[in-house]
Formats: sequence, structure tokens, C-alpha cells
Amino acid sequence: MYRYDQFDERLVRERVAQFASQVERRIAGALTEEEFLPLRLKNGLYLQLHSYMLRIAVPYGSLRARQLRQLARIADEYDRGYGHFTTRTNLQFHWAKLKDVPTVLGLLADVEMHCIQTSGNCVRNVTADHFAGVAYDEIEDPRPVAELIRQWSSLHPEFEWLGRKFKIAVAGAAHDRAVIKSHDLGVRIVRDGKTGEAGYEILVGGGLGRTPMAGQTLREFLPREDLLAYIEAALRVYNLDGRRDNKFKARIKILVHETGIEAFRAEVEKEFARIDKTKANGDPAELARIAAYFTSPPYESLPEVSRKLEEAQAKDVELSRFVEHNLFRHKRKGYTALTISLKPIGGTPGDISSDQMRAVADLAEQYSFDELRVSHAQNLILPYVRLDDVPEIFARLKAHDLATPNVGLITDIISCPGLDYCALATARSIPVAQALSNRFADPAKQAEIGEISIKISGCINACGHHHIGNIGILGLEKKGAESYQITIGGDPGDDYALGELLGPGLPAEKVPEAVERVVAVYLAERQSGETFIETYRRLGLAPFKSAFKEIADVAA
Amino acid sequence: MLLLDRHGPREDIWERAEYICQAETNHILAPFGAIVSSDAITDDMKLGALLEPDRAVEDVTPFFDRLDLIVIHFPSAANGRGFSTARQLRQAGYKGRLRAFGPLISDQFPQALACGFDEVEIIGAAAARQPVEHWMEALKRISVFYQRDYGSEDSIPDRRAALAGAVDA
Repeated sequence: MYRYDQFDERLVRERVAQFASQVERRIAGALTEEEFLPLRLKNGLYLQLHSYMLRIAVPYGSLRARQLRQLARIADEYDRGYGHFTTRTNLQFHWAKLKDVPTVLGLLADVEMHCIQTSGNCVRNVTADHFAGVAYDEIEDPRPVAELIRQWSSLHPEFEWLGRKFKIAVAGAAHDRAVIKSHDLGVRIVRDGKTGEAGYEILVGGGLGRTPMAGQTLREFLPREDLLAYIEAALRVYNLDGRRDNKFKARIKILVHETGIEAFRAEVEKEFARIDKTKANGDPAELARIAAYFTSPPYESLPEVSRKLEEAQAKDVELSRFVEHNLFRHKRKGYTALTISLKPIGGTPGDISSDQMRAVADLAEQYSFDELRVSHAQNLILPYVRLDDVPEIFARLKAHDLATPNVGLITDIISCPGLDYCALATARSIPVAQALSNRFADPAKQAEIGEISIKISGCINACGHHHIGNIGILGLEKKGAESYQITIGGDPGDDYALGELLGPGLPAEKVPEAVERVVAVYLAERQSGETFIETYRRLGLAPFKSAFKEIADVAA
Repeated sequence: MLLLDRHGPREDIWERAEYICQAETNHILAPFGAIVSSDAITDDMKLGALLEPDRAVEDVTPFFDRLDLIVIHFPSAANGRGFSTARQLRQAGYKGRLRAFGPLISDQFPQALACGFDEVEIIGAAAARQPVEHWMEALKRISVFYQRDYGSEDSIPDRRAALAGAVDA
């Protein structure tokens, strides 16, 4: 994992002092509230319904044990004993006090962390495949490039005052687990067909929110050395030509859509041709310096199969279920990437208590070379686990209520904080997630349904990624009451798709029944081996729509 | 009104005019469109152009040699479009003075300089609220930066390379 050098450290420390000065100047009246707002946001500080919220960057989801322990300490001393992991792999504290914020930023800097650009109209936290470095299907580890982009985009003098936020993701495997088509800019590591040389496919103009769009290819193959100059060109065209007359039309996806991808590409290529690449591009030695932090840990030579694990599984049906759902195929024999679900039955998706943070930190240190990952599905991952150690890890997770065996199943629900916390929300998300989780609590039933994703957002900004859920739920406000629209068929992966609307909105209490009806259609109609999304693709919307209509008609 | 460059406050020597023919001095700051269309320009005049927001840099390039000053308007502090315009002008080879004009905040001063501006002109309430010290302090607050091509040779990657070179040698 990357470690700060003296320069990274100094930048973060100076930024903390800069923010303290901005707060002082606001209090003294040198800055108006309107001027201070974007400065506060660029330091991750939101004003929510009941208090401030502080959003901490977890770049490309990578964390060390020491960092998670520090987050636990902050949760205990400056918040309410828990934190919330988001779909951008950040951690939010929902009960921050303004006076504590500079101290908290200092504590974060002590463990090489910060809140820089976790909000505001700038380049946001860079995300990557959460199985980076360990996935069986990886072409190349995306983390060095993600770190290079993180550094380059931090406090960028030209791009800190964009028309709107700008999100970048990097994927480096055959399968896209970083949802790059939902990003303003997606970077996919590819190999040139002829030379075998690694380079990048660049996608642009993806996004969810009120106008969901899939990213399109901007450049099929970009030579590795040109990455930063090319991103600079794309961002400059956006900064110059993007709309600023309407907040809802200010993302790059609208510019790409209104200009057309061909004309937009021509603009970017023209700008790219003008840039002095010897200066703009990263020094290859610098990428190599960063990459050196991401070399493989000292793995042991292990047999492919763990007898110890097999024997333990034979005796323990719960462990067996956990192994079936929470382990991901590792590139190294005898190892696995183990997902810790933050979706206990009836819980709040993504929430974790300070005690749980410390327990996970201990496990990371003892069993996973001191490293863990945050996934955009709001779960944690121990990336380097020996199969032999799984029974022991499982037992310890169980003692902390962290052993829910539901990764990728119907109760592994993605949800934004919704109207329980968020000032933008139009409806609550968490109670809907909890009701669904309780409805499908039975592990046997979950296993029978198999792989399916439910994603819930409490407003059209779509932080819960509802458009790309196999089942997506969007909470709106209709005549003073909460109303939930359900879509199906969304897919964040290689067959990227936005969901289609089933029918009119429902009151919250009808949502579990409606989801049950939709799932029942799948269970009745599926052919052998088909997942929910595969059955949907074969059958289309119609049978699901008619099952849904029965509920909607009663609700109306 | 506050006019500052990296060394501190400056006196504004430029006379603002809507049309060249109205000017009374020979340092005339006029809208770019008025300069292009004027036949009242004489050789002894120093010209400054105020760029309209929708003006493409290509339109201005042929006039680089004749312009001693280009002023880019920032309609609000939150609108950073002008930073990219400045970059494009410098990239296209403009060597004259570049001024950012509008209700900027002091934290944007180092960003403006890094993007190729020489000076900022702050007007109205924003100038009254933010005294000169705020602008000068803003330049010292962040002493390191990652971007290699923003006006300075001592970016973090450059300094890292220098350190690595010193170790190797």
C-alpha cells in the first residue's frame, strides 16, 4: 500500500492549516457564507439535517489497520461511536461538530488520511476495483495509476472550480468491478492487441443522478505515458465548454450528450495535441516509484485447497455458507479475498461501530498483511487471507456481528443515508433497506434466490446507485408523503445497463411485497443456472410489470 | 478595487474605455471586440483586451503581439472557467500580462498565478472584505504541489526526481 513521503505529508498538514484559516476568515466576516461553502465542501464538510457530516477520503478503498483504528478513535471521541461507508468508498461521520473539525483533520493527517476533495465541484476521490492486486482476472493492478491520478488531481490549480463534481474510476481486470461506465471519466487498463503493450481505454460522460447515462469510449487506446496530459485535456474542455447556467445540466455527461461524442472527442484531441507532454505527463520514474508500494506481499507457497477449511466447513453449516458467499477467487493459490459484510439482517447498510472497526483492524494485521479494502458495495475486504485461516477469522467476525454470509445476495443492499441524515433527500432509504433485509432474512431463501442486487437512493441524485441495481428503489416525495419507484434490470458490470421502471410509486410499506412479487416471477420462470438478471434479459420487462401491477393497483 | 501581483499591490495604469476612440491616455483597456473592429489604433498606443466569456483563444492568437494585457473576467469566485482560458493563452504563446478580474477569494490567488495569470483585480465587496495581507498569506499557505506544468520547476514529482538523483549519484 502507498505510504506518504515528506511531500505528501506536508501537503496534507498545510491543507489542514489552510482550512483552519478559512474557518477563521469566515468567522471574522472576510468570507461570506456563499464564498465559504465551496471551501468547506472541498474539505469534506457538509451541513446535514441534524448536524455537520465529515466525509473522509479512502483513496481507491485501501486502508491499513492503523488508519481504521484511528477512525475508531475519532468515532468514539468526536462522533457517536460509529461511521458509515459510502458507495464512493469514503467514510462518513454523521454527527461532527464544527469546532472539532480542525482537530479531527489533524488526527487524520497523523495516519496519512484527509478529507480533501470529498465534496465540491472538483475531482473527487478516485476509486478502483476493490479486488485490485488480488483478483484472478486482473490484467494489471489499477492502484498505482489511481494513486498517480489522486496526487495529480489533489489541489489542482486549474480544476478546483469546475462546473460540477468530477468522478474518476480505474479498472484493471477482465471484469469491471469499478463501475467505470457510471463515472465522469473511466480509465480501463487494456493491452494493445498487436504489441501486447499495456495502455488505457478512456471512457467519458457516464453518471447516474437525474439524467443517468452510460460512459462512452473517448479513446480506444492511450499509451501509458500520455495519461495525465490526456486527462488534463478532457478536463480543460469540460471546464471551458461545460454548462454553468443550470446545476442539473453541468456534469460532463450533459456536455458530451449535447456536443455528441465525435465532436467532443475532436475537441479533446485538439487540446491534447497542444499540450506540452514532456511537462504535463507524469515522469515514468514517478509511476514506478508509486508502483513499488503495491508489490505483492510475502505470500507463502500453499496448496490450492485447504483441508483445514474443508474439514471445518463439514462440521459447521454457517461457516460453509460464509465460505460459499463471502470469499472471492484469489490469483494466488491457497489464498482468498474475504468480504466482511456490513449488511447484517435489519441493519443500516455500510454502518460500522468503533468496536467493529478495531476488531477488523486486528484481523487485517493478523491475517491480511495489515491491509483492508472498502468496496463500493459498502462492505470491507481482507484481501490476502490464507484459506487455512478462514475458520478462525469467521469465528472472530461472528463474535462482532460481522459474519453475515450474504455477499452478492438479496440482503447485501446498497443504500444511501437518505432522509434520516441527508439534507438533499426526498425520502428515507435506511428503513426501506432494513424492511427488505428482514423480509428476506432466511439464509436458505437468500441462497435459493442467489445473485441479485438491490440498490436504494433517497433522492434523484442517486448516491445509492439505484439505476444500476438489478432491483433499484428510488425514494421521492409525492404530495407530502414518501413514494418509492422501483426499476429492474440495472447492471453495474460488463453488461452495463440502467434499470427500467416497473410502474407508479409505492408507499414504503408496500415495497417489500412488491420486491417479493418481482423475485417470485424470477423463481417461477428461471431456467437452470440463470441468475435474476439473466432471466430478466431473456423475458423482458412484461411479466415483472404485470406482477408489480397487482401491488400497485391495490396501493393506488 | 484591489490590484495585486505576486509581490503585492500595484497601481492600475490602464484606462478603461468601451471604444478606442474614446481613450484619453495611451494605455487603453477595451473589450477585445472593440479592438478588433477599431481603425483608431495608432502605433504609440498600448492595448489591453478584456476577453468576453465566449471568446475562443484562436480568435485572439493573431493579436498576441499587439496586446500588452489580456483581462479575463470571472463572473463569480465559483466559476473557474477563466483558469483554463489563461492556460490556453499561455499554451498558445501569449507572453504579455494576464489579469484575472472579478470577485475572487484570496485562496484562489496562488491558483491564478499557477495557471499563468500575473495579477488579480478584485472589485466591490470582495476587495473590501479581503485586505492585502490575506492575499499575500494565501501565497505561502501551501508550499508544495503535484502538478508539473503549472509555472514552476519545483513540483513534488520534480523534487522527488531530484532527491532520487542525488541518492543515485
